[in-house]
Formats: sequence, structure tokens, C-alpha cells
Amino acid sequence: MVGIVGYGAYVPKYRIKSEVIAKVWGEDPDRIKKGLGINEKAIASSDEDAATLAVEAAKIALQRAGIAPKKLGALYVGSESHPYAVKPTATIVAEAIGATPDLTAADLEFACKAGTAGIQICMGMVGAGMIEYGMAIGTDTSQGRPGDALEYSTGCGAAAYIIGKDAESLAIIEDTHSFTTDTPDFWRRNKADYPSHGGRFTGPPAYFKHVKAAALGLMRKMNTKVEDYDYFVFHQPNGKFPRAVAKMLGVPPEKIADGLLTPNIGNTYSGASPIGLANVLDVAKAGDRIFVTSFGSGAGSDAFSIKVTDKIKNREKGKPVSEFIAHKEYVDYATYAKYRRKFKGM
Amino acid sequence: MKESIPLTWRKIPDRYRLIGSLCKNCNGYYFPARHVCPKCRRKGRIESYQFSGRGRVFSFTEIHAAPAGFEDQIPYVMAIVELAEGARCTGEIVDVLGKDVQIGDEVEMVFRKIQSNDPEGLIHYGFKFKKVKR
Ligand SMILES: [Zn+2]
Repeated sequence: MVGIVGYGAYVPKYRIKSEVIAKVWGEDPDRIKKGLGINEKAIASSDEDAATLAVEAAKIALQRAGIAPKKLGALYVGSESHPYAVKPTATIVAEAIGATPDLTAADLEFACKAGTAGIQICMGMVGAGMIEYGMAIGTDTSQGRPGDALEYSTGCGAAAYIIGKDAESLAIIEDTHSFTTDTPDFWRRNKADYPSHGGRFTGPPAYFKHVKAAALGLMRKMNTKVEDYDYFVFHQPNGKFPRAVAKMLGVPPEKIADGLLTPNIGNTYSGASPIGLANVLDVAKAGDRIFVTSFGSGAGSDAFSIKVTDKIKNREKGKPVSEFIAHKEYVDYATYAKYRRKFKGM
Repeated sequence: MKESIPLTWRKIPDRYRLIGSLCKNCNGYYFPARHVCPKCRRKGRIESYQFSGRGRVFSFTEIHAAPAGFEDQIPYVMAIVELAEGARCTGEIVDVLGKDVQIGDEVEMVFRKIQSNDPEGLIHYGFKFKKVKR
């Protein structure tokens, strides 16, 4: 079996409150906050992008794993905001962390689940004995069209996972199961600045159907049930969907609390469920079991059953998610628009 | 001004990972990298060295009139950082204004975009510094 040898998350310092965005567009701030379950979101500085966020998360993962970067045999960067249209983010990250040149690297794209897809690829490669360690990163600096409901939720953040043999792992990945269909709930054409989405269609036939099917599929495959797990992490496009899907699956609210960060940092897309898992690993005890289900529009879900080992003490070598969440500075809409280059002609 | 791709490319490892030089003869650290130790000259034994990225602010200034390509980043803080190993290098301090910085402040290296203004050109990445909270 394989597991997580190291992990790290990074959330940029700047925040914008939902009510500040609501005021610009003449919306009722309380209705937005309640409707979406988002208080504020994390935004990257003007000199940050999906690659720089990934590098910061990757360095923390390496600290916790205590391995030399050159030991990584594979590096996958999942994102829907890769800085270049053509030129892999993974090469930039691999060079910046000192993992080059003897490794394979590639960029992945699957809306918000590209990071967990990378974890599955690394699991396969480590399990097959092709590589000793592989790193999978979910990172995004996503953008919503100004004035669109997405503008309240699209946040910035990254998490990196080093996958290796179970004996060295701080958490063993017991099994994984995916559910994939062609569902057009959310898309962005080439050269379009902002994505388009199907409004309410993003709910039942997209998010809820895929998350439930992947989660139930994995529990059926493993013959486990909700009671067997101490924590649940669901993809979190807003504060509402993960709470609703937990209710549908019979997961009590206290089991999703530590893995639900969107209310305070927004939907970090490919970073979302990986950062949620990182925050759970920051507090879990040896023996705890964690159930993670990502979701990517388009659409698909990856579910994972994870068991924490006594090597979890290695987490002390890296900075916890809570420190990034606490270290924040609020900006106004104009500064946010400048940082995220929302002005025409910039 | 058209950039030199080979020149950019050659500097990538040094800029991304803060790689300079160490002279094994006098234990002198240098950034940017040198081929010859300025102290030992021919007796020097220069090796490539990756700095820890930790250091202290030696001096700093808040930039209000930025060079071409950096105009939309003002105001920003540029500093001379004394690295823990002894060498000094110039770099930006991110996520702060001048009023937030003092000489002697502890900093650590971060990886950021340096310049990316040409929408059809390369994105230049490299080291900057961030204040370490105490
Ligand atoms: Zn010397």
C-alpha cells in the first residue's frame, strides 16, 4: 500500500470580504453570505500565481517528509489557472524546489479535482514500483467574472502531497474510487477570461450526483460506513454544498468542520479539498480515519479512504494551515481588482 | 527591449533557489555566484552553494518610481538582505509597505513572479523575501 509521506498547504495573505464585493454590485451582503456560506476569500498578491503558490506548498511538504527534493520521481501540478497556456507549470515548480532533472512532470486539468487526480497517478506509480516518491499539487488563482456569483467564491491557494510507501507514511491511503461522466456544468473556452456555468445545474446533476456516487462507491468497495470515519472532507465550491452533501450522506456536522475552509478562504478550486485535508491532518491523531471526496466540474469525483499513522508527528516540521488562515490583511475592491488584473488593458 | 532567452535560462536555478558560491578556502559566501574568490584569488576553492534563504534586513527603501515593467507594483519595498551565511543580496520584501519594515528584521526567501508584463513574453520568477513573524 501507499500513503502520504508529507503534505503542505499555502494560502496567500490578502482577503476580501463578501460584503465588500456585494456593495460594488448592489447586492444584499447578508443574502450573499447566507446564500453562499462564504464570509471572505483569499486572494493572491499581484506577484503570485498558481506556480508560486504551488512552490510554497511543495516546500512545506518536503520539510514534513524530510526527503531530498531529488528523490521525487514524479511531479504533477493540477490547476485550472496554469500561468501559461503552453509551458508546463510542473517544470517551474520542479526547478524551484530543486527536484530537477531526473523526474517525470506534467500539468493536469480537471476543474477543481486536478489535484486529487495527481494523487491517484502518484499512488499508481509508487504502488507499481516505478518511483519511490511522487508529488501531486492542487493549486489555483481562479477568477470569477466581475459581478457573477462566482466572484464571491473564487479563492487562491495550494496544497502539495508527497506519496510514498506506506511504511514511511504519516497517513495511509487505504483505497480510492472515482466517478466520472460528461456533464457540462462549468466550462471555459480557450482565450476566454472567465468561466461560464450552468447556474442551478451545477448542483444536483453535477456536484451532488458525483460526490455522492464516488463516496458511496468507495464505501461499498471497502465495506465501510460513515461511522467508521472521524473526519470528512468534501469539495467546497461554497459553504453550502459540502454541508448539504454531508447531510445527504448522514455525516454529522462536527465531522466536516475541520475540513471545511471555503467560508474563510473561498473556493480554492484544485486546492480546495487538498487544503481541507491538510487542515484535518494538522489536527488528527494516529488511528483516525479520514474520508475525502473531491469534485471537478465536467464532471468527476475522486474519493479516498485515509488512515493516520503515528508518523503524523512529522507534521510539526511544517507550518499548519491555521497559521496561513490567521495571517491575513483585508483589501478593498479596487486593490483586489488590481491584484487580480481585472482592469482592461492591464 | 527584446530579452535574451539564453541569458534568462542560465540564471533560472540561481534565481529560483538562491544559488550562489562558497569558497572552501576562506569560507566566504557570495551571491550572485562567482567563478573566482575575490579574497583568495588563485588559491580559492569556489563551489556552488544553495543558501538557506534565511537572513536579516540590512537596509531597505520603499520604491515609488519604479523601473519599466514594474510600474503597476508600486509602492513596494526593496532591501539588501544579509543572508544567514554572510553574503548580501538585493531583493523585494513582499506583502508589506516600508512602514512595516525595520533594519534587522528577520526574513526568509519566497518564490514569486519578478516580471510578467509582456502578455506574449516569458513570465520571470525568482526569489523575494518575506518577514518572519516572531
Ligand atoms: Zn576564498
